[in-house]
Amino acid sequence: MLGLISNEGVTVQEHNLDDSPLAVRGLTVSYGQKPAVFSVDMTVTPGAMTAIIGPNGAGKSTLLKAALGIVTPLSGQVTVFGQPLNSQRARVAYVPQRASVDWDFPTRVIDVVLMGLSRELGLLGRLRARHKARAMDCLNRVGMRDFADRQIGQLSGGQQQRVFLARALAQDADLYLLDEPFAGVDAATEKAIIAVLKSLKEAGKTVVVVHHDLATVTDYFDHVFLINTRKVAEGPVAEAFTAETLQSAYGGRLATAQIDQISRALG
Amino acid sequence: MSGEEFVPLSLTPLLIGTCAAIACALPGNFLVLRKQALIGDAISHVVLPGIVVAFLLTGAISTWPMMLGAAGAAVLAVVLIEAIRRLGQIEPGAAMGVVFTTMFAAGVLLLEQTDTSTVHLDVEHALYGNLESLIWLDATGWSSLLDAQALAGLPPELPRIALTLVGVTLFTWLFWRPLKISTFDEGFARTIGIRTGFLGMALVITAAIAAVAAFDAVGSIIVIAMFICPPAAARMLTNRLEAQIGWSVVIAITSAVTGYVLAGYGPLWLGAADAVSAAGMIATMSGLILALAAMFGPCRTRVGVQTSA
Repeated sequence: MLGLISNEGVTVQEHNLDDSPLAVRGLTVSYGQKPAVFSVDMTVTPGAMTAIIGPNGAGKSTLLKAALGIVTPLSGQVTVFGQPLNSQRARVAYVPQRASVDWDFPTRVIDVVLMGLSRELGLLGRLRARHKARAMDCLNRVGMRDFADRQIGQLSGGQQQRVFLARALAQDADLYLLDEPFAGVDAATEKAIIAVLKSLKEAGKTVVVVHHDLATVTDYFDHVFLINTRKVAEGPVAEAFTAETLQSAYGGRLATAQIDQISRALG
Repeated sequence: MSGEEFVPLSLTPLLIGTCAAIACALPGNFLVLRKQALIGDAISHVVLPGIVVAFLLTGAISTWPMMLGAAGAAVLAVVLIEAIRRLGQIEPGAAMGVVFTTMFAAGVLLLEQTDTSTVHLDVEHALYGNLESLIWLDATGWSSLLDAQALAGLPPELPRIALTLVGVTLFTWLFWRPLKISTFDEGFARTIGIRTGFLGMALVITAAIAAVAAFDAVGSIIVIAMFICPPAAARMLTNRLEAQIGWSVVIAITSAVTGYVLAGYGPLWLGAADAVSAAGMIATMSGLILALAAMFGPCRTRVGVQTSA
């Protein structure tokens, strides 16, 4: 099955590794016997919005987690802005999947956003009025200012996702990595999140999103990275997001009708 | 009650009970939120082989080697539990179950294989202290608190548990932010450079040290209760971790003081002749407070259920 998919994939453009906000080489991650991600190269384009796309269980989230050192890869190198990750952590913000945490945790919305400032504050640095003002500003950008004092469990799924995004904004990073930010959120939240991500791009930041909705790829993103354990394709949407690459990423799992629809949408 | 009676007979057990309760409740807050609260129960079982080994090495029943043996066994156990949990990617409860039954069984076997016929190695006696016996015979009243000679006669359990409480408090204060962030969202914590594996280990080792020091002074029943009851009750009184920690300390102190007083005088008030175990009564009080919090606490419903579907 894996052998049918080209190992090299379709790589439309290669960047100098030193330029790339996130460059991955030969990354292999395994949970138990079966590799979740196998020998993947990825070079994220600076200042662009990139979608990581692939079927369920294709290793999209794992790729992101391994790139960030949350899971330990079997092999491979990761550079962030041309440097090892540990020296660049202040420039990277990560938004985990909403379902990965217990929202019953005793904390308020504002406290979660303030977690984004913890690198700046250090172990015992005092929380000052300007830190709180910054956190409130981040909540404002995602339309959650009025919810600052709520317990996080009292929020809807979409509101929780926006709080996570506000925490990432508080980190004031240059590279934003989001794991399925649109999963199970309402339409208003999806619009709010995409507006914030586009404003980040306009400010020159790089945004990488694990995404599952093929219908919105062309609207939201400039670049795609298709993965099914191995890399399938990488490049600008117009070149790498095609019926052929989708077919090889999803195989039989994507109905022909869906591919036709996407092909038509792509013109 | 006058100072002449209170200071020698009740002051030190009250202080020791209170210190032990707080020292266990503080790390208990994080353990409960991490669903690792049963680690207190686990530690009370795994110390057995440590005590037996310490006895075999020294050939004597003395407090320090046995405490070190118990602490060593507890630390070994929490390291094993963490290792099994992470490597096997299984629930913490399952990892604890495997480790503490195995180590307890090994302790029983060791005890059986060694020649203890000449020496009475009673684990309950050697390590599991008795709160009522920790009296301060050198004291004659409140003035003894300023009398160096009388202070030298303080039960050694008091400085030990007080020092442990200072250590536990320092750990909680110093690592407050990383502990909170990694308990809530471990993945995010790792991306901002918090060494979550190391911190999680430090938390359970801190809990193990608190547990062993408290066993020595007040017995295992309080330890198991204090890791769980005050934090769990406090969680139902507030939706903020900062306030939860504060409430858990208040509840731990309340349990220790009311439990001690009720154990000593409750049966007399009810017309019975003898006092009951203070440790048992303190644990019972913490359970009662937990029950009250579960029935009337303002934050007792799980509000986040819609996300777990």
